[in-house]
Amino acid sequence: MSQFAINLIFVGGSFALYIAIAIWARAGSTKEFYVAGGGVHPVMNGMATAADWMSAASFISMAGLISLGGYANSTYLMGWTGGYVLLAMLLAPYLRKFGKFTVPDFIGDRFYSTGARLVAVACLIIASVTYVIGQMTGAGVAFSRFLEVSSDMGLIIAAVIVFMYAVLGGMKGITYTQVAQYVVLIVAYTIPAVFISLQLTDSFLPPLGLFSEHTESGVPLLQKLDEVVRELGFVDYTADVDNKLNMVLFTLSLMIGTAGLPHVIIRFFTVPKVADARWSAGWALVFIALLYLTAPAVAAMARLNLMNTIFPEGPKAEAIEYSARPDWIKNWEKTGLIKHNDLNGDGRIQFYSDAPAFAEKAAERGWKGNELTVNNDILVLANPEIANLPGWVVGLIAAGGLAAALSTAAGLLLAISSAISHDLIKGTINPQISEKGELRAARISMAVAIVVATYLGMNPPGFAAQTVALAFGIAAASIFPALMMGIFSKRVNSHGAIAGMLAGLTSTCVYIFIFLGWFFIPGTASFENVPANWFFGISPLSFGAIGALINFVVAFAVSSVTAAPPKAIQDLVESVRFPRGAGTAIDH
Amino acid sequence: MVTKHSPQEYWQANLRLIIGSLIVWALVSYGGGILFRPLLSGITVGGTDLGFWFAQQGSIITFIILIFFYSWRMNKLDKEFGVDEE
Repeated sequence: MSQFAINLIFVGGSFALYIAIAIWARAGSTKEFYVAGGGVHPVMNGMATAADWMSAASFISMAGLISLGGYANSTYLMGWTGGYVLLAMLLAPYLRKFGKFTVPDFIGDRFYSTGARLVAVACLIIASVTYVIGQMTGAGVAFSRFLEVSSDMGLIIAAVIVFMYAVLGGMKGITYTQVAQYVVLIVAYTIPAVFISLQLTDSFLPPLGLFSEHTESGVPLLQKLDEVVRELGFVDYTADVDNKLNMVLFTLSLMIGTAGLPHVIIRFFTVPKVADARWSAGWALVFIALLYLTAPAVAAMARLNLMNTIFPEGPKAEAIEYSARPDWIKNWEKTGLIKHNDLNGDGRIQFYSDAPAFAEKAAERGWKGNELTVNNDILVLANPEIANLPGWVVGLIAAGGLAAALSTAAGLLLAISSAISHDLIKGTINPQISEKGELRAARISMAVAIVVATYLGMNPPGFAAQTVALAFGIAAASIFPALMMGIFSKRVNSHGAIAGMLAGLTSTCVYIFIFLGWFFIPGTASFENVPANWFFGISPLSFGAIGALINFVVAFAVSSVTAAPPKAIQDLVESVRFPRGAGTAIDH
Repeated sequence: MVTKHSPQEYWQANLRLIIGSLIVWALVSYGGGILFRPLLSGITVGGTDLGFWFAQQGSIITFIILIFFYSWRMNKLDKEFGVDEE
């Protein structure tokens, strides 16, 4: 059977499953549409949250980033998991007790202000729309590589599938599809990793393999990897970083941003009780950790495999001849994600660091520049081929990558559409709307959101790659502090909250824009985006944590010089702190 | 169950638990994984040092333990203070 047929069976089979779930889990009320009826088991919700959270970036890009960056990119591992500790202790149980449907719902009620609700809606929509573009383009890439359709055609197929279960089933359909998608993606991620771990070490558990002996050489795997990359002028894989302040702030921004992303928060509205919301956050992290503990092993092993492919006799010997390159390089050359340029004309692939410190040694060996460029994103996708695994593993990876992208896209689309139908239409424009009318509005907003996301996926704005920084920055600097202050302070009032959110949002956007271009328009950056220009060495990606601090300071300062919130609001704060009487999410 | 303690005590107990947990949370990630890595460089773990292990594995495992510990303690406190959901 051809590889194409195998891929088609795996991807087609998983899609048939999602559609079957869509037909089974149709939503009949707004409560089912927004929070799956409030009756999802905490372990089930943990699994759905894991799929909701782990996007194309986690599945496809993260191991590649760690593989090429080594220790320095551990920030993603800690940042994208540590946020769940904050979520479990600072937000999820109290918001579950509050018992409504959306994140702006809480901000609007707690700060007794339509203005605060609208600012929250705006932050939510900017953060979620920027995030969804990445998911749609990721799905398009996976389709075009594995199913040999054009990327646009792939996007349309993806949109139709999401449309079926998200518009019909709302949160209910999305929840059960995400559970299925979690299973698909984790199986797809771990199976190749187990094989590769067994090839390189004695351990079949990749997280243990990472810290064990490299069977072939008899030295520890990470030590071997350090030796190989050092020989070619790269920075040691395990090397420490100098700019610790930036590393701390970047990790903190990812953590706070994770806790503040609305599509993750609303998943905790679907469990029956406050106690379940706490357990569920733990289960979510367990399911996430299965991938996040495997990823660093995949990263190190793929890097070693890549080096061994290019230098089969070791880094001190000659590199492989271009004509003798393995099939996976040929396959991925077609996508342009791996490129060879024979600078010294010797017919071999010299792959090394172009750093000035290594220039002399490179010249000695007759090299005239690094000849191979490898995109971060191909390491996970090409992993089974690099390790010579059978064709069905490749098919599995294709289905897994699509599951990761589609599950996150659906969660984001629900967050966007509920903000529009519940907070804008029901909460602001037409409070008299009937239950049936609101459900119809929710479905229409979902459909529109899918069309817009598909359009943006096909015509990604030039700044698509930078927008993830924006999504995390906004979630960290505006949504997280507002929610936390709303729960932990009775003194912060509507003026303080609105001023704080706007200050956090503006400062973060300005800091990102001065380095990445105003509104991401190329050529408008005020300073070149290099470490030497960053204020106190803080990169624009790391600024979310500072924006959050600005939000807190401004909110407390403004609140302290204006009147305290009314008694009813202080009672509301008191009530969210105690689990008793939560029941299920209120129909309203 | 009869309420033995005041709601304020329940909230104070929750805050103490959160602060304690977040100190551990910061120690393993920002401490062990980043800032104190040079201090821990003498302790080797599978071909590298303890700081690298915290950054790529140890902190994630600790986060999971922390959340389950917090959930277990809080759900118990809910009952002790009589503020749990029946």
